[in-house]
This record gives sequence, C-alpha cells and structure tokens, in this order.
Amino acid sequence: MDLHFGDSKPTDDERAAVDALLGPPESSWEGADRSDADLRWARGGRAARDRRDLLLPGLHAINDRIGWISAGALDYLCRRLTVPPAEAYGVATFYAMFSVRPRPSTVLHVCTDLACTAAGAADLCAGIEARLGPGIHLERSPCLGLCERAPAALTVRAGDPVRTAVSAPATVRDTVLAATAPDSAPEEPPPATAVPQAGNPGLTLLARVGVVDPESLDDYRAHGGYRALRRAFDLGPAAVIREVTDSGLVGRGGAAFPTGRKWQATASQPDHPHYLVCNADESEPGTFKDRVIMEGDPYSLVEAMTIAGYATGAHHGYLYLRGEYPRALARMEHALTQARARGLLGPDVLGQGYAFDIEIRRGAGAYICGEETALFNSIEGYRGEPRSKPPFPVEKGLFGKPTVENNVETLVNVLPILTGGAQAYAAVGTEASTGPKLYCVSGSVERPGVYEFPFGVTLGDVLREAGVRDGLRAVLLGGAAGGFVRADELDIPLTFEGTRAAGATVGSGVVMAFDSTVPLPRLLLRIAEFFRDESCGQCVPCRVGTVRQEEALRRLGEGRGAAAAADDIALLREVGRAMRDASICGLGQTAWNAVESAIDRLGAYE
Amino acid sequence: MTTTALGIPRRLLEFTIDGEPVRAPEGSTILDACRAAGTDVPTLCEGDTLRPRNACRVCVVEVEGSRTLVPACSRKAEGGMEVRTGTERVRHSRKIVLELLASSVDLSTTPRVREWIKEYGAEPGRFGADAGRVNEAPRVDNDLYVRDYGKCILCYKCVDACGDQWQNSFAISVAGRGFDARIAVEHDAPLTESACVYCGNCIEVCPTGALSFKSEFDMRAAGTWDEDRQTETTTVCAYCGVGCNLTLHVQDNEIVKVTSPHDNPVTHGNLCIKGRFGYQHVQNRN
Repeated sequence: MDLHFGDSKPTDDERAAVDALLGPPESSWEGADRSDADLRWARGGRAARDRRDLLLPGLHAINDRIGWISAGALDYLCRRLTVPPAEAYGVATFYAMFSVRPRPSTVLHVCTDLACTAAGAADLCAGIEARLGPGIHLERSPCLGLCERAPAALTVRAGDPVRTAVSAPATVRDTVLAATAPDSAPEEPPPATAVPQAGNPGLTLLARVGVVDPESLDDYRAHGGYRALRRAFDLGPAAVIREVTDSGLVGRGGAAFPTGRKWQATASQPDHPHYLVCNADESEPGTFKDRVIMEGDPYSLVEAMTIAGYATGAHHGYLYLRGEYPRALARMEHALTQARARGLLGPDVLGQGYAFDIEIRRGAGAYICGEETALFNSIEGYRGEPRSKPPFPVEKGLFGKPTVENNVETLVNVLPILTGGAQAYAAVGTEASTGPKLYCVSGSVERPGVYEFPFGVTLGDVLREAGVRDGLRAVLLGGAAGGFVRADELDIPLTFEGTRAAGATVGSGVVMAFDSTVPLPRLLLRIAEFFRDESCGQCVPCRVGTVRQEEALRRLGEGRGAAAAADDIALLREVGRAMRDASICGLGQTAWNAVESAIDRLGAYE
Repeated sequence: MTTTALGIPRRLLEFTIDGEPVRAPEGSTILDACRAAGTDVPTLCEGDTLRPRNACRVCVVEVEGSRTLVPACSRKAEGGMEVRTGTERVRHSRKIVLELLASSVDLSTTPRVREWIKEYGAEPGRFGADAGRVNEAPRVDNDLYVRDYGKCILCYKCVDACGDQWQNSFAISVAGRGFDARIAVEHDAPLTESACVYCGNCIEVCPTGALSFKSEFDMRAAGTWDEDRQTETTTVCAYCGVGCNLTLHVQDNEIVKVTSPHDNPVTHGNLCIKGRFGYQHVQNRN
C-alpha cells in the first residue's frame, strides 16, 4: 500500500497519546526518525495493515488526550497503522464524539432526547448556555442512557487521564460546576438506585445489583458467581448450546432471534477462529438496562461471555461498549483485570484448558453501531456502516469469521439457564416468550428505573409497579424504533407474541410514559431528528427519507391547516413505507415506526 | 498466447422472475438473471467493473419469503426463488427513491434517470421548495477534472475504484454521516494536496456526472457540449507497452473526453493519468 501523507506533524502530546496505545514506532515507515536500515528495506505488508482495528482505539486516545483530532495527529496515527488518511478521516468524521476541528478540551454533552426533553432539557440547555464560561463546548446529545435520572448531562474533559462527570438529575448549577471542575463533581449514586426492586428475592437477572459489591470478585462468587461456568465445563459445549436452545431464550436487543440457534450455527462453522461479540452499544433512546447490569453486576457479564465463548468455540471476545458510559467502562475494565488475575480469563480458564479473553472496544457516539454488522465494521476500523446480509454473521462476521453477537441482557440470561436448568428457565414466562425480561421505565412515573418481570405481565402491571402518575396520555414501547400505545391499552401482555398481536413491539424493553403536559408533536420531531442524525448515510431511503420525514413533521408542527396536514401525513406514509421496505438495515426500516404509531394510534395532528 | 478463460462449469439454477421460469448459472445475481431475461431493472450504484454496494436501492425487487425488498444487484439468485420486479410494492419504493434523489441532488447529467422518473411517476417537487438539498459548489481545484458534489448520489463507486478494487490509491472516502456525508479526501483538502494520482478511474465509473473532465465541465458551462456532434474512436494508448484501449470522444476535431472500454480484459476501463489526460500533444497544431 503506497500511502501519501501530508506535511502536518503531530504535537508531542498527540504523539504521546498514540504511542501510549501502540508503543513507540519501530521504524521511519511507522513515523520514527529515519535510520540507515529504513533506507534499505520497507516495513509494511499484511502485518502492518492487519492492525487496522486499532484505528478506533487510536482516535479515542487522541480525542481523550487533546479533545479533538488534528490533521497532524490523524496522519501520525495513519502512519503507525498503515491506514490511508482519507479513510481514517472518513472514520473520524463518522462518530459524534470526535471532532476534526479545534474545540475546547471540555465537552459537555447535554441529553435532549425523549425522557430528558420531557424532564425539561430545553430549559436546562438554555440555562447552561447562559452561565457556561469559555473553554467548555456544549453538545446537544442523543439519549445518554440515564433516563431514570433525567435530565442528564455528561462532561468529558480531555487530558491525561481523561476525566468524566455525570450530572443526573442535572440542574443548571450542578452541571456548570461539574463541567468546570469534573474532578470535584459529586459521585454518581450507586447503580442500585436505578433498580427500584433491588433486594427483592424474586429477582433473577437483577438479583445481585445493589446486593454485591460490583468491584469485588469474591463477593460475586459468594453470591453464586461462576457456578454457571463450572456447570458449563461439566456439560461441554454441545450440551450448553442444547440447554440454551431448550430454554427458549431469544435475543433481548430487539430482534428476538433464538440464541441457541445462533450459537449452534456459529459453533458448527468449519472456518476458524470464531469470535464472540457482546453488543453493549446500548443507544436506543430510553434504554439503560445494560448499563445498570454492567455497573451493578459486571462479573455476571464476564462469566456469561466466557460461557458463550466456550460454547461456540471462540477464544477471543469483544465487548463493544457505548462511548457515553464512563462508569460501566471503569467497572468492566476492573472486572476483566480481576478475572484475569484469578485465572477466570486467560490461557487456562478455571484450569479447564480453555483459553478465553475479553477485549473492550469503546463506541464513539453512533447509534448505528448497535446494528450487528455495523458494529463489526466499527471494531475493524471502518466506518460503522451496516453490511448487506446474507452472508450472516454466524458465517462471516467480525474479520470475516464466524461470529456470535449477543446483547448484554441476552448473555446474562444464560447464567440462570445453566444454574437452574433449561426447564426451570422455560417455565418462567409464556410458552413463546420464556424467562425474565428487563424493562427500562422512565418518564411520567414515580419510581423510574430498570424493572425485572417474567414475560407475560401486562404493560399496566409494569407501569403500576413504577408508580405511573395521573394523566397518562401515551406510552412509548420499545424505544424510538418501537411505537406508541394509548393509555387505554395497558392490558397489552408484554410478550413477543402479545405485543405483536397488538401491533407493537417489546423492542429493547423501553417503557416510557408521557402525560398530557408533553406536546406530542415535539416528541415526534425529536424522534425524527434522532433518526436523521443517526442515519449512516449509506442507502438513499434512509439518508434522504429521514430528512424528508423530519421536514414534514416540522411543517405539521407549524399547523398549516387541515388540507396541508393531510398532504404531509400522506407524504410521511409513502416515504415511511419505502424506508421500511427498501432500507439496508433496521435503522431505516424502523425510522418511521414511532411516528406512524403516533398518527394511527394516538391521533397525533388530528 | 491468447487464451479464453472458460471458467469452471457452473450449475444452472431454476427460479422464476415475474412468474416466468428462468435459468441462471450459480453465482449470478438477480440483476444478472433479469438482464438475461430481458427484464429492465433500473440501477445507479451498480457498476459492471465493481462489486455491488447496493446503496442506492433503486434496483429493489420482491422475493417471496423476504420481509423487506431485496437489492437485485447484490442478492445472489437461488434455486426456487420467486422474484417479482413489477409489483406495486417494488414500483412504490423505486418511485420514492427516485424522488428522494431528484429532490436532493442535481440529476441533470445522469443517464436514463429522466426516463425512469417518468416510468415510475415520480414527482420530486412534492417535497416542497424548502426540501433540503446537497448544496455544494463545484470544486475546481486542478486542471484535469472537476468534483461537483451537488450531483453526487453517494454511490461509493468512485471510492471503490480509487481503493482496493482498482487503483489502490485510497485518495477518497465517504466522510461525515447521514445527509451530511460527502466524498472527501483527507481533511477535506483540495485534490492537489491528496493522494490522488489523477488516473480518472473515478470519473469512468461515476453514474451522475458529478465527476467530469474539466473540458466537459467547461463546455457544459459554456453551452457548447453536444454529444450528438461527438464521435467515439477506440484506439490503443501509445504511451507504454501495456496496450490499454482508449476511447477518444471528439467534438469539432478536438478530444473532449477519454474513456476506456469496460470489457477490455487487461484494463477493465481503467487508465493512468497519461492515457486519460495526456492527449494534448495529439491536437497540438503548432
């Protein structure tokens, strides 16, 4: 690869940030000073190019240290990794958390998404803007996954090390203070505050949240940890897959694909190596269950990933973690270190001769990277654009190899399946929707948070448990890619089959309640803005369709009369249908769901 | 010695297109089969010398059992498949895709698009005068070719031709995201500061005229570009021993553009800067 680099040079800080990740350069071909040997042979070839997957970590390293990515820094990183600068520029500009233009070292992300808007994010932003000093850059952000404590803000101050501070519920004063001095910002409340049922003996997935010390491996083991992995080693990989298949577990990320079938399909691929990817890029507006698990019970995910790797013949697992989750990142990093030190990860897990390790890769602000194939591209160092399927990931996934990708919640369900047996697990819930399910309840309720219920309870049961407030108008079920239901439809059973029959979806488990004080058109516009912002731009129906959808909703919000409204709604339906039919991936295919349901079920704009 | 590669004998798949039984060799795409059967399927991002990107979605067809429509250009045909190309559902998506494109970029130099807009009854104007457009001024930063991204439909063909599929220069990529995504060199710099080697193979594959010879761009601006008055002569490049085919587009006894036949087994339509742009000596009359 004959690469061309410009004349921009990195600063010492930028070079140090990259070298801290990659080590010092070995030759002038990688950016060191030129030596005689460098003139006689070229370093490069496949070995150099094969480190492309370090591009995203490298961009993070620069952004974390400096706050933005300069031409010199980007070129230096490209030299180190033998990546064409144009492609790296394409990658850097793909992610919302990076900037290729100078900006202050402190960036304050204020969530303006659904739950936070309902909780007054607009006033918060205005107040912060009025009081924010120079040197702090305000970004209006999509959902930060802190809906139980809305409105939310996240400060990121670049430096060595990078500092972060979460303000939620955020007031103008606290947020400005946290942005000005992130080190002295108050600690976040413990994860258990996001679990109103914490300590309830009936819990399975959330049983340890708020009960164990999330930093202590011993505490985890004292509360039943690593029993499932021991059982897995006793059973052997094929029997583990059989248990998971018999349990009826299906994916909890939104698509509800049978987990056992996915594992079996990957395990049986002759091509090697196999990879395991845990999708923790939780970005669906209103979703925060994976964050709470990772913050409150991180070892359960480590154990579950180890089991999944063992069952599917993978020796390397990737945890793709949302970039906006600093505490989950810290907890998972700590858990991996502890597990490695105690032989629960590494060349010989539990002395069973099975090698497995987990690597964390951070997202950088792109909802689309939660799409399974976009996530592979993101890890590999390419733009996070979805691939066309077939081929499916079980055959050609990460690095073109057979890959199992599961959501955090899906994986932690494997633990009770192995400790209690498939039959006991399948006895929970309904015949077609087995096991427990987590719901992210937020909005107009007294006790927002993550709730665990067996499949089959009704929407009303969940809302009552969370203390739904009077004057309920609508519930957003399944997130921005899901749909609205009316306040008189609370008897919908929360199962895959029950929601489908009602024309709704469980999706990622979002239950967001809105009372009549929140103007519906503003919510719909926010959803449309979200999809327009988060479209990767690859296919026409989604790239332009999401723009046209937003424009039509904006016109509808202005109220131009009944005839114009009818025209715009007809236009929305036509564009929405083409997005659903002809987009490459689930983002475009679902971008019109919530708006459609609001028009059809709630009678928005009537 | 010249040999003709016959390839491995391939099994024939039997399936139906619009109810008619068809046979296509294993490995064919639905589009290949449609073309062989004489069924017209519109395409924009598909390129005869490139791997399918299925980004434009104008070639979508209905396949029995598939939840969504599928892109004909990249989906491999399978035995027993039932493909439908002219249903209301297919026509609706194609119409909307054409409307979305025509309302956001300038398709005035895109071949056949006017015909398809008519065929599918697309009305790009109905999104209103305020509909967002890709408003980009043409970038004229070198003497050889112009990048007019106001005409770009982001088909990725130029990126693929510049990258590992042909030229291996990797001078351009898609930068940004969503509606703000644009083709750009690193740091969005002028072409002259990039890795571009001016082979012009991106122009060769551009389906909309967003990339064009400076000569064509200037003549269009002056109103003198007239394809009806142009002749095309295919000859062999005189610069080196590879023997690339050149097709010289000549208007009023001046070479105005150089392309290369895509079916040439050596170059597949690709040239270098000399063959593509080095023709001035031919018309130097001093």
